[in-house]
Amino acid sequence: MLPVIPLAALFLAAFVLPLIALVAISLFRTPQFAELSLAQYLRFFSDPFSIKVLTDTLWLGTEVALATLVLAYPLALVYAASGQLMRTLITFLIMLPLLTSTVVRTFAWIVLLGRDGIINTAMLSLGLWQAPARLLYTWEGMVLALTQIQLPLMALPVINSLLRLDGNLTRAAEGLGASRARVFITIILPLTLPGAIAGWLLVFAAAATAFITQTLVGGGRIILMPSYIYQQAVGVQDWPFSAALSLIFTLAVTGIVFAIGALSRRYVRGVDAA
Amino acid sequence: MQRSLIDRAYSGIIGAITGFGMLLLLAPTLVVLIISFTGGITLKFPPPSWSLRWYVELLQSQEIVEPALTSLKVAAAATILSAVLGGAAALGLARSRLKIARVLDALFMSPMVLPAMAFGLSLLLVFNLLGIRLSAATLVLGHAIICVPFVIRMVSASVQQLNPVLITCSLSLGASRWYTFRRVTLPLIRRGIVASCFVAFLTSFDNVPVSLFLADARSEVLPIKLWAILEGSLDVRVAAVSGVIVLLTLAGLVCAEIFGGVSRQIGSR
Repeated sequence: MLPVIPLAALFLAAFVLPLIALVAISLFRTPQFAELSLAQYLRFFSDPFSIKVLTDTLWLGTEVALATLVLAYPLALVYAASGQLMRTLITFLIMLPLLTSTVVRTFAWIVLLGRDGIINTAMLSLGLWQAPARLLYTWEGMVLALTQIQLPLMALPVINSLLRLDGNLTRAAEGLGASRARVFITIILPLTLPGAIAGWLLVFAAAATAFITQTLVGGGRIILMPSYIYQQAVGVQDWPFSAALSLIFTLAVTGIVFAIGALSRRYVRGVDAA
Repeated sequence: MQRSLIDRAYSGIIGAITGFGMLLLLAPTLVVLIISFTGGITLKFPPPSWSLRWYVELLQSQEIVEPALTSLKVAAAATILSAVLGGAAALGLARSRLKIARVLDALFMSPMVLPAMAFGLSLLLVFNLLGIRLSAATLVLGHAIICVPFVIRMVSASVQQLNPVLITCSLSLGASRWYTFRRVTLPLIRRGIVASCFVAFLTSFDNVPVSLFLADARSEVLPIKLWAILEGSLDVRVAAVSGVIVLLTLAGLVCAEIFGGVSRQIGSR
């Protein structure tokens, strides 16, 4: 256990202590640290704007997770059915956004979605749109960008669980006359659900907390929890409220992640027992 | 007949979505690379003409080069700190059956679960309460904590694959503990260490939520600088920076692949 001590000490000083301080500071009534109370939390939950910011943020995570799910399954099915060359290509394509910096990925979407961007140019020259559409600084644009940026987090666990699937099951179903769509819905989907849920949790948490993409592609008019915390902490310097905001946000995200994780483990036990 | 029709429709849909997904994965990176060579002054795509002017301009932009150097230094320091302390801890935890080992393991992994903004803010609050001035050192500290989970997970995975008999052999043949560590343990877990250093470096270099709160005016890092630039205007120099980052990351990946088989490590994460 001796080699563990330095890291344990570092975590105590620079991780545990700060989190305790965060909780403590959120319990002060005024930014001048006067009077202990739950005032900051009451302020949050009695303010419709704050609650909408939270629900919007959680909904964004959900939407992006669903979108990546729809894209990841076909990708995984093709991966599992392909030879080495195609597999290497897909792996490379998945790793590419995972390894390029967040700001670069977000910047790419600014280029794609802009007024003179590739989507507007293509649609105009094809004659499908009469005037350039406003894509940047919209909710839809933000969901699209985040879907691409977070897709690897969904694709990797789905591919992994699909590769572990016993091929005899699908072959047996096909041999008994089931269509491939039916095989997918009745066999592949239920048995790879744990992988999909693992991916869902990663994407949900990553999309909900993606400060850079939210502020640059969503723009200043869409306020979500990360920018709300930043604004209250750095802009207004209201530390008790920003501390309460971060704790509420943390509990909401990790609470959902743990609840779904627990449900998923129960489901897996059910599948194994059956 | 009817079934083959359904099968064909199913394959068609799967193929179409896969094609779209692969295009979606590739297009943004490709577009950034292409647009960084534009001769124009806007982000218009396709570029009206070609040139290297934005790369030249980038090299002359002290306000971007300096944060880039700061980012490289901070990432290097955070990688070394998290790899040494995290690697040692992973080795210590792997051999321990104590209950406290499980608790510590969960603690070391928890920065991954916690939204990094909450952690960044909490560190800022503590530094302020204790009267510690923000500097490159406080930034490195915050980044190292964020990098530790990757080190712990990847090094533990390598340690678990290590056959303990090899260590017992070395010790019983008269090698000292230090010699055994240097000549047996370390070479066998090298892949895990290289991969975790690679991921830790990228994590720190790319980190925004912690730097957002901990970077002071003198230690501004690249992602924050780029974010600030893009909030104000759509600057083409950012395309050139992106081009450089993409190429350096690919070069780093090739190096790490040669020394440690990184893609397998990340893929199995």
